[in-house]
Amino acid sequence: MSGSDAEIDHDGFADGEAPAERVTEVSGTGIPVRGNDIDTDQIIPARFMKVVTFDGLGQFAFFDQRFDDEDEEKDHPFNEEQYRGANVLVVNANFGCGSSREHAPQALMRWGIDAIVGESFAEIFAGNCLALGIPTVTADADAIEALQDFVEENPDAEIDLDVEGETVTYDGETIDADVSEAQRKALVEGVWDTTALMGANRDAVKATARSLPYVPDEHIPADDDAAGAAGDD
Amino acid sequence: MSDGTLYDKVWDRHKVTELPTGQDQLFVGLHLIHEVTSPQAFGMLRERDREVAFPERTHATVDHIVPTGNRDRPYADDAAENMMAELEENVRESGIEFSDPDSGNQGIVHVIGPEQGLTQPGMTIVCGDSHTSTHGAFGALAFGIGTSQIRDVLATGCVAMEKQKVRKIEVTGELGEGVTAKDVILTIIRRLGTDGGVGYVYEYAGEAIEDLGMEGRMSICNMSIEGGARAGYVNPDETTYEWLRETDAFADDPEKFAELKPYWESIASDDDAAYDDVVTIDGSAIEPVVTWGTTPGQGIGITEEIPHPDDLPEDKRDTARRAQEHMRVEPGDTMEGYDIDVAFLGSCTNARLKDLREAAAFVKGREVDEDVRAMVVPGSQRVQEAAEAEGLDEVFREAGFDWRDPGCSMCLGMNDDQLQGDEASASSSNRNFVGRQGSKDGRTVLMSPIMVAAAAVTGAVTDVREMKEVTVA
Repeated sequence: MSGSDAEIDHDGFADGEAPAERVTEVSGTGIPVRGNDIDTDQIIPARFMKVVTFDGLGQFAFFDQRFDDEDEEKDHPFNEEQYRGANVLVVNANFGCGSSREHAPQALMRWGIDAIVGESFAEIFAGNCLALGIPTVTADADAIEALQDFVEENPDAEIDLDVEGETVTYDGETIDADVSEAQRKALVEGVWDTTALMGANRDAVKATARSLPYVPDEHIPADDDAAGAAGDD
Repeated sequence: MSDGTLYDKVWDRHKVTELPTGQDQLFVGLHLIHEVTSPQAFGMLRERDREVAFPERTHATVDHIVPTGNRDRPYADDAAENMMAELEENVRESGIEFSDPDSGNQGIVHVIGPEQGLTQPGMTIVCGDSHTSTHGAFGALAFGIGTSQIRDVLATGCVAMEKQKVRKIEVTGELGEGVTAKDVILTIIRRLGTDGGVGYVYEYAGEAIEDLGMEGRMSICNMSIEGGARAGYVNPDETTYEWLRETDAFADDPEKFAELKPYWESIASDDDAAYDDVVTIDGSAIEPVVTWGTTPGQGIGITEEIPHPDDLPEDKRDTARRAQEHMRVEPGDTMEGYDIDVAFLGSCTNARLKDLREAAAFVKGREVDEDVRAMVVPGSQRVQEAAEAEGLDEVFREAGFDWRDPGCSMCLGMNDDQLQGDEASASSSNRNFVGRQGSKDGRTVLMSPIMVAAAAVTGAVTDVREMKEVTVA
């Protein structure tokens, strides 16, 4: 299970609410999902988004890849017994492209994924992961394929992701990985709760708004206004 | 590093401060919300006991789940009714203006913003929807965000972002007969790849772009995200200002228009702006484009052959093989003659008045093939009303199209408008992903609105240029 030093238990969160805690490393077993350009419609089909909370989305992750028309299981890593309990997802290029739906990383997180290693990620998807405290770590195509092969042969083997040191360790070896500067800082220093972070700059926000010719004064909350007053949470 | 571009200027004007993460905190000039990605964000807001910081800079509509047939409340689909009710409660509580169906202003979020004049040059615009890049057509910096970021914007009026690189895409020359903005953007995505724009913002420029009206520019910016670029824009010019002058924001307030115009002009990219990358595409060489696969990058000219996976770069082969199997197409064939079951004319890419006019002009006097289910879903109630005033609805109906109420509809199949089984659709939308149009075995061929009209009539993918002379009065 998750060896993150923050002991992150994503399942226990209130809906979508994640505490800003340090995520310096994630350890656990892996699960490979192969293929480039896996879009968020595949990660969670739109029909499962007719909900007003993210609760229970985990069961729908990769639904159409996992089940046929008769709801019989198809071959997919998310169906395989050997990957139950895995928390490190290993993917290829441009993972999470398409729709901006946060339902996609929410579904993966609620299925049990704590970190994703891949060749590359679509930007909005990676941003959504960060908002949930899920690292999106990249490595070159060959390294990813080697890791996927290893995980397939060794589903019980531990993989250690060092977010701070930007490495992935498995099978007694450590390989170089990349974590974007902002993501690394946010996760390692525990400042990925951007609402609290930005809420503290209320006065500067109002000053910026005032400086823009298209924002009428009456659209800017008065200084004693309650809006945004909880900037200290 | 880019310098002096619209992106640099708008970024600087909206930057509040640098955050400890190294990201910048950007003020959001316009926050658009809809029923699918916002309810959880309002939930998070309540849990934190916060209020919406800038309700007057926020605007709501309903588009993704709204029925396009019977819209009587409560909606027949309980889940859709719940989402609508939740949105109504959220906007009422927070004092957010709502273009709901009763207002006559309802429509796809990326259609109503521009038509109401909410979208303006030099603004930062966000929405929990990846096609927010559409608004870049007006010289705004506009991009899609996730639900946690919607919470950020509701609570603080800001987003946390890393600055990206700027790639200028110059489309030179004049577009040929029957070639539209849709064909241009599908060509760009094919050339640069579905992930070619990751880390970049796209600036679209050049004669072919400047010649386009606002609708065409919107179609192009709309699909920036399909090329991996979170945002795309066109520098504002007289075409932009003409559109703005007619909108609600300025029609009765020429003084406000005159007051803001210098700002709009000031944020356009400088002539000597520096770009991180420049790509040139010959617009005159583009022909009508259709997709053969299951990503928007898998497109070809209508007379071109479907590529053999082995001839593609190594990292594209697997995806191509799976796509060709799903679509049931063979390398070496063209897409011309590919049988279709459904024709969908709609979506935030191509459901504006100009799109409907062009398609109607083609359809007039012709009939939809008897084996094709054809539908037109206008982008907004205003588009619908204007089209009906011109009699376009009658033209479509007489030809055999179903004329429906506005919404996202079969672009993503969140209401009843869905492909069934392995139906193939000729679609003016933006995504041909497996399962996108509501059936996991469904097959989507992306194309321009006039190409959809041609396919509807012949029952197969057709080169619209070959049919021009047949037009009946």
